[in-house]
Amino acid sequence: MTDVVAQPTENSPDEVSAAARGRHLVVSEVITLYALSIFCALALAGILVTVTGGSAADVFNALLDGSVRNPGRWGLTLGAAAPLLLVALGTIVSARAGLVNIGQEGQLLIGAAFATYVGTRLGGPGPVVVMGLCIAGIVGGAIWAGFAGALRYWRGVPEVLTTLLLATVAGSAVGYGLKNEWLLLAPAGDRANRNQVSEQLADDNRLPRITWFGNEFPTTVFLAIALAAATAFVLARTVPGFRLRMLGQNPRTAQRAGVGATRYGMASMLISGGFAGLAGAAMLAGGDFGNYQLVPGFSTNIGWTGLLVALVARERAVSAIVVAFVFAGLRTGSGFLAATGVERKITDVVQALLVLALLIPPAVLYIRERRRAVNASKERV
Amino acid sequence: MNAVWDILSNAITYESAARGAVLLLFAASGEWVAERAGTLNISVEGMLLSGAFAAAVAIDATGSVAVALIAGAIAGLVLSAVQANLSHRLPADQFVVGLTINILVLGLVGFLDNELEPAVSSVEVVEIPILSDIPLVGGALFGQIWPFYLIYPLIPFVWWLVYRTRWGLEVRSVGEDPNSADVSGIQVNKRRREAIYLAGITSGIGGAYLLTSVNSFVDSIIGGRGFIAIAAVIFGGWTLKGSVAGCLLFGAVVSFRLSLPAAGVESVNTELLQALPYLVTIAGMALFAHKVRPPAALTRPFLRGLK
Repeated sequence: MTDVVAQPTENSPDEVSAAARGRHLVVSEVITLYALSIFCALALAGILVTVTGGSAADVFNALLDGSVRNPGRWGLTLGAAAPLLLVALGTIVSARAGLVNIGQEGQLLIGAAFATYVGTRLGGPGPVVVMGLCIAGIVGGAIWAGFAGALRYWRGVPEVLTTLLLATVAGSAVGYGLKNEWLLLAPAGDRANRNQVSEQLADDNRLPRITWFGNEFPTTVFLAIALAAATAFVLARTVPGFRLRMLGQNPRTAQRAGVGATRYGMASMLISGGFAGLAGAAMLAGGDFGNYQLVPGFSTNIGWTGLLVALVARERAVSAIVVAFVFAGLRTGSGFLAATGVERKITDVVQALLVLALLIPPAVLYIRERRRAVNASKERV
Repeated sequence: MNAVWDILSNAITYESAARGAVLLLFAASGEWVAERAGTLNISVEGMLLSGAFAAAVAIDATGSVAVALIAGAIAGLVLSAVQANLSHRLPADQFVVGLTINILVLGLVGFLDNELEPAVSSVEVVEIPILSDIPLVGGALFGQIWPFYLIYPLIPFVWWLVYRTRWGLEVRSVGEDPNSADVSGIQVNKRRREAIYLAGITSGIGGAYLLTSVNSFVDSIIGGRGFIAIAAVIFGGWTLKGSVAGCLLFGAVVSFRLSLPAAGVESVNTELLQALPYLVTIAGMALFAHKVRPPAALTRPFLRGLK
């Protein structure tokens, strides 16, 4: 037995690794891999910009100016980060339960529509209405995700597809609502030509905004961060959170332990949609997106981007806070790209490239770890 | 009822239904193979879009439809290489990879479209003599642009590939029981990657076909029809016959929006018409998905030694 360890063959250097040295190797390996893949993603984007006749350095500076450096910009970035984070939290909840909910864009839009309906009709003191519209948003998003969940658990339809298809349907549904006064359309008044917009939220029914150091941002930022902490806690430290994770990691074990897939899966789907719907309500009442009113295409890719945030954060609620800020920065920064002559959609490309690049290190590490484990088991024989 | 009869008796209905269906068929034929091998390949949407865009650029540069189709196939193949190697060489989650590819393509195509602005010219219709004179469906099946006709050999070819070759048998076995396949010496992940490459090529050609039939590129040209193609495969119970039937049904519904005004029916809610293909797709899956049996290892990654 000791012979094998003492005389490592040349083609299997892994066998040499003692536990302590192995740990050190792993840490440096992780850092190198991540740095390398992020660098590759950014380099690819840089090449793309250069090839199409732009300057990568200009783009980088413009993004930085637009997201944090210029006066008043980091407040905007925070404002955009809040709904991204909310969507990401929802994604994390469903992903931990082993569900692939990828229709947040639609759930968010429906949430915003429900919030608009309640926010423009409910009378009463401001805070009550704001609470009411947030709850309406949660309910709307949860219903939309609930369709997909119900189809998955009672009709065996993969939720991957239904959430995606329902996202498209949501756009049409809201479009219909915005054409009809009894739903969402603003009353005509004396205006001659009618746009498809909803009524504005009254001043009292908006979320308060805070100004720090010349940067203005909505209070949803705090709400989102608090919910991130709460989500992380519930998933890591409570019984329901444990059950959700068990369901995601091994449905068979979960079943044997008495965790009903339908009950917990459905609950996670509803929560997931609820978060997306809340993001929609927060966008409506928070004020960084449009003019406190619902318009066609209101969701402006926040749902998709929030999904990417969750993926980059590797389904960890606390890391999602940082990632949401970075992605929000890319979004607000893209507003400054016009001056560089580079199409602002480059930021979408950067985001997706980052996600793809960040998929690689954990996968590589996983394979290496397995290889090490196999080698270690050979040593023991 | 009169309106329904008007629609059903109008040749234009069948023509647009055939156009709607054939795009789905291109995508679904490859997607079906990928799913039989065990991958629910949601990047098919991105593959279609990249195929359409590559075709637009190729037509702008060379003016040749054949080159456009080849360019589309190559674009689809490149994306499928990303999907296949990330999800079946590295063990990254196939849905995460697919979704990210879709978003990447949407961003990339939007970016490049504004930078390059490819101009597309129209393609002439080729009418097959005698056959195209069949009443009602003749024009739909035999009076289209020539890339349309590629679907006629493609479907039997895919059938032959999957059911009559060793490769096809191996593909089906890695989708059903990768562990047994592995033990009998089949390279599971390699077969899965190859199946995805096939999906990339057919989807790329499908996107290129769509572009040559509509003659202008916008980044919403696919608009979720890749997902409908996936749904058609599920609807068809992972058989080729069923998938083709699903494509024809969903394709007809997709084209409803275009054929209704052409048949003189105008009093239908536009939003409902827009959402109809997706609603019918969801309803179709809700009715049939639990009656059919998916490939046993569908969506399960394969790593030797892991169940």
